[in-house]
Amino acid sequence: MTVLGVENDKIQFSVLGIFKAVLVRDLVIAFRHPSDLVNPLIFFMIVVTLFPLAVSPEKQFLAQAAPGVLWVAALLATLLSLDMLFQSDFQDGTLEQLLLSPQPLYIGILAKVTGHWLLSGLPLTLLSPLLAFMMFLPSEALPALMITLLLGTPVLSFVGAVGSALTVGLRKSGLLLSLLVLPLYIPVLIFSAGAVQAATIGLPIIGHLALLGAMLALALVLAPLAIAAGLRISLGN
Amino acid sequence: MAEHLLQANKLCCERERRILFRDLDIALDIGEVVQIEGANGSGKTTLLRVLTGISDAYEGEVLWSGQSIKKVRAEYQLNMHYLGHAAGIKSTLTAEENLRWYAALTGRQLDETLWEVLARVGLRGYEDVPCYTLSAGQQRRVNLARLYLLPAKLWILDEPFTAIDKSGVAAIEQLMSDQVKSGGAVIVTTHQDLSSVANVRKVSLG
Repeated sequence: MTVLGVENDKIQFSVLGIFKAVLVRDLVIAFRHPSDLVNPLIFFMIVVTLFPLAVSPEKQFLAQAAPGVLWVAALLATLLSLDMLFQSDFQDGTLEQLLLSPQPLYIGILAKVTGHWLLSGLPLTLLSPLLAFMMFLPSEALPALMITLLLGTPVLSFVGAVGSALTVGLRKSGLLLSLLVLPLYIPVLIFSAGAVQAATIGLPIIGHLALLGAMLALALVLAPLAIAAGLRISLGN
Repeated sequence: MAEHLLQANKLCCERERRILFRDLDIALDIGEVVQIEGANGSGKTTLLRVLTGISDAYEGEVLWSGQSIKKVRAEYQLNMHYLGHAAGIKSTLTAEENLRWYAALTGRQLDETLWEVLARVGLRGYEDVPCYTLSAGQQRRVNLARLYLLPAKLWILDEPFTAIDKSGVAAIEQLMSDQVKSGGAVIVTTHQDLSSVANVRKVSLG
């Protein structure tokens, strides 16, 4: 590529380089603000803990409700964490810089969403066995819970990021974001909770997992394009 | 028609049903500084955002070396630095981390010159403290360091003198003069007179 006036030899277009730079920066920022990091986890725990108190602490009932409760709580916790994705970058002007980067925006966005998942979906997945134990989820369903969270939460991050990109320039975007994103979360919720439910009664779950995997593949490939378009619209005004 | 470095033809922009500018033509060549003037709210920042390609909400066209910036986006963005209204730095990161991140975005590695530049913008001794501990002017200087570090043909600067002290203003004016002499060009919005910079052309909005 010929570049006018700029020393060519110093410029390297490396996909891995920009991915790493964006990802590492987001992780460093998050670890310097641990409260943002812990917020969704605490929320996840609170919802799951309150459920037995409010409805019934009976073991049989909880075991039956566990897949749904755990997944709904994880979904809401992810929704809560979407704020940290683009909002602060938008406010301090660094999002503009990401958009003005000569590197492909797709990669930068992929890195940002990966960072978001590492800070929200992954900790939720790792925390889930503890809460599953609390909810008397049968132990044979535990692998199903963790696998569905592992496959499903990245989809939540990607789809949520589309909504977040579209609403980033708006004041009080919380409600609009929920309305935009929640309908798209429902398929993930149905198949994930369904898989865990099936596992508790010993049914095969491979079909559910295949569908979740397909959703993840689709989100991974297509969502960054939608996010990039959304960001360009939001910042273009 | 000769090709200008950056050319805007018949730009038209409206916000909230108010026309900010209409049929605006700007041509910028190497060695020139264009200063955009106008009252508060006259659309200076909007115009700059159109010229950088961030904003799509306009009519008319913006050409980089004769080609639409939408077509040559990567090449244009590699040759252009935009210092926006916002500080453009992460307050939890240090000056060094901010600049390294920015360099990575533009595909470059920073070497020892980083420390030299931080000293030149008056941030020696502040390299490794988070930027939220710096004053507004110092944060602005972190942002300005990008101009020293990463060469680009065109600078688009939105109020670069905000919160900068007198000696800093002189340094920026010097920097702009050097940029113009070394074969670059600058578009700047400011309410100050650029007394020490040669070849300044003024464009008035509103």
